[in-house]
Amino acid sequence: MEKSIEQTSQKTNRKVIKNRVAYLDKQVPFYTPFVGILGLLLLWELIAQLGFVSPLFLPAPSVIITTGWEMLTNGEIISNLSASLYRILMGYALGSVFGILVGLILGFFRTADAIGTPIVYSIYPIPKIALLPLFILWLGIGELSKVTIIALGVFFPVVINTFSGVKNVDPLLVKAAVTFGSSRFNVIRKVILPGALPMIFAGLKLAAGTSLLLLVSAEMIAAQEGLGSMVLHYGNLMIISKLMVGVLILSLLGLTFNKVLKWLEGKLIPWQ
Amino acid sequence: MKIVIENVIKKFIDAKKNEVTALNDINFSINEEEFVVLVGPSGCGKSTLLNIVGGLLSPTSGDVYFDGIEQDPTLGIVFQENALFPWRTVFQNVVYGLEERGASKKEQKEIGNHYLDMVGLADFRDAYPKQLSGGMKQRAGIARALAVEPDLLLMDEPFSALDAQTRTLMQEELLTIWNRTRLSTLYVTHNIQEAVYLADRVIVLSRHPGQIKQIIHIDLPKTKRNSEEHIQQFNRYSEEIWELIRHDAQKALKE
Ligand SMILES: Nc1ncnc2c1ncn2[C@@H]1O[C@H](COP(=O)(O)OP(=O)(O)O)[C@@H](O)[C@H]1O
Ligand SMILES: [Mg+2]
Repeated sequence: MEKSIEQTSQKTNRKVIKNRVAYLDKQVPFYTPFVGILGLLLLWELIAQLGFVSPLFLPAPSVIITTGWEMLTNGEIISNLSASLYRILMGYALGSVFGILVGLILGFFRTADAIGTPIVYSIYPIPKIALLPLFILWLGIGELSKVTIIALGVFFPVVINTFSGVKNVDPLLVKAAVTFGSSRFNVIRKVILPGALPMIFAGLKLAAGTSLLLLVSAEMIAAQEGLGSMVLHYGNLMIISKLMVGVLILSLLGLTFNKVLKWLEGKLIPWQ
Repeated sequence: MKIVIENVIKKFIDAKKNEVTALNDINFSINEEEFVVLVGPSGCGKSTLLNIVGGLLSPTSGDVYFDGIEQDPTLGIVFQENALFPWRTVFQNVVYGLEERGASKKEQKEIGNHYLDMVGLADFRDAYPKQLSGGMKQRAGIARALAVEPDLLLMDEPFSALDAQTRTLMQEELLTIWNRTRLSTLYVTHNIQEAVYLADRVIVLSRHPGQIKQIIHIDLPKTKRNSEEHIQQFNRYSEEIWELIRHDAQKALKE
């Protein structure tokens, strides 16, 4: 009996069922991401070396590297980078600390929400760089006006994300905490803050890009020193290789910024 | 000491701005070392009542009070959705209430480990809730509630999100633990067998409005209730409660 079933199934055509969504799980080798970047750089080098475009407009990557080394050894990069770092770190720190605090308060206290949230949302859409002339008039052309503009640009995405993070904390967790004896302050500290942390980090990451953009714009408008003014300066002089060095450093700065935030996120949100 | 629920009424305003009476004139009390189960069809106001007793919702009128107690009463609560803090490890969750009561680190460690052992989670003390199965999460939730050694333990359908096998095991475990701790308990469920299995007294609620239909003393020993010996009596209680609820449950189904 068994045999006959086997035989008939062999005689008829077999249709083996295969996983038709296997492509969803497809793994790529670890070096794949580098291939694209390296390929692009090589192509760029080739085009520049073969003289397809004037080196005046597009210097080869190798030229940019050697120029960068020169600028590093003569101290030009260090002085501009440290000026920029000071501004962005100060501005970012101020903006995010205030952003988180205000976001927590607006999210937790109903009265503060009713008063503050309309204010936040009416200022939020203003392109912050438009306020730079005003801040220069109020605060002078020194560091303070630039730090303030960056802080302001960081403040808003952080406030808004913190606020919605607080609103998204499961009310059941608050109920549990209160039942186990938590005071209001401890509810904020031990439930609301950690519960909102993932959203807060989303805001901090968003703000990192904004802060870099505002840094460069502010420095192009009103600074003697800094990566933004350096880039603008060499642009005006048409020294493109040095301009490119500035751009490269800015992109490395952005990259580092993101890496640090990712690292910090892993440290502070180990439960995810 | 006893917990008294006196003339409690709760009205809600629903989405169409109509006033809905969720609880109508609820009166009962929970004695020391008594396990009281609220049972009723879904939507009859069980959670509402439990939240009022736990101080998480104000009644429209009426009172809930502890009678014959000196200090502020301590409460422990277990929710169906476990409500563990995702950012705290199992141990940190279990000692949360102790921490809030200002217990020393040493005390926290002793008591926390004691209750982790009791619910069989000693090996998972440093895991995050996300890493636990549904049953383990509920055990952690129970340990957290027991750790404060509450004057009243509140449980809102703690096992109804679990699969049937896990639920049966957890009911047995809960009974074992309860027999050791003998805490005054208010337990909410829609599961009649569970109610008969656990309760000293079953309070049957009806719906629209939610009110007490009947209070049934379960006159069975607090162990091995579903054994050969007691099964007939057990089933008689279950049927009695089902008859009380049946009509309401059918109506609930049609809504
Ligand atoms: N916040 C609320 N607003 C309006 N109606 C509510 C609210 N909470 C509960 N209800 C209503 O009260 C009734 C009882 O709800 P609930 O206590 O959750 O029932 P159970 O826990 O027995 O399923 C339901 O009809 C529900 O719709
Ligand atoms: Mg409920």
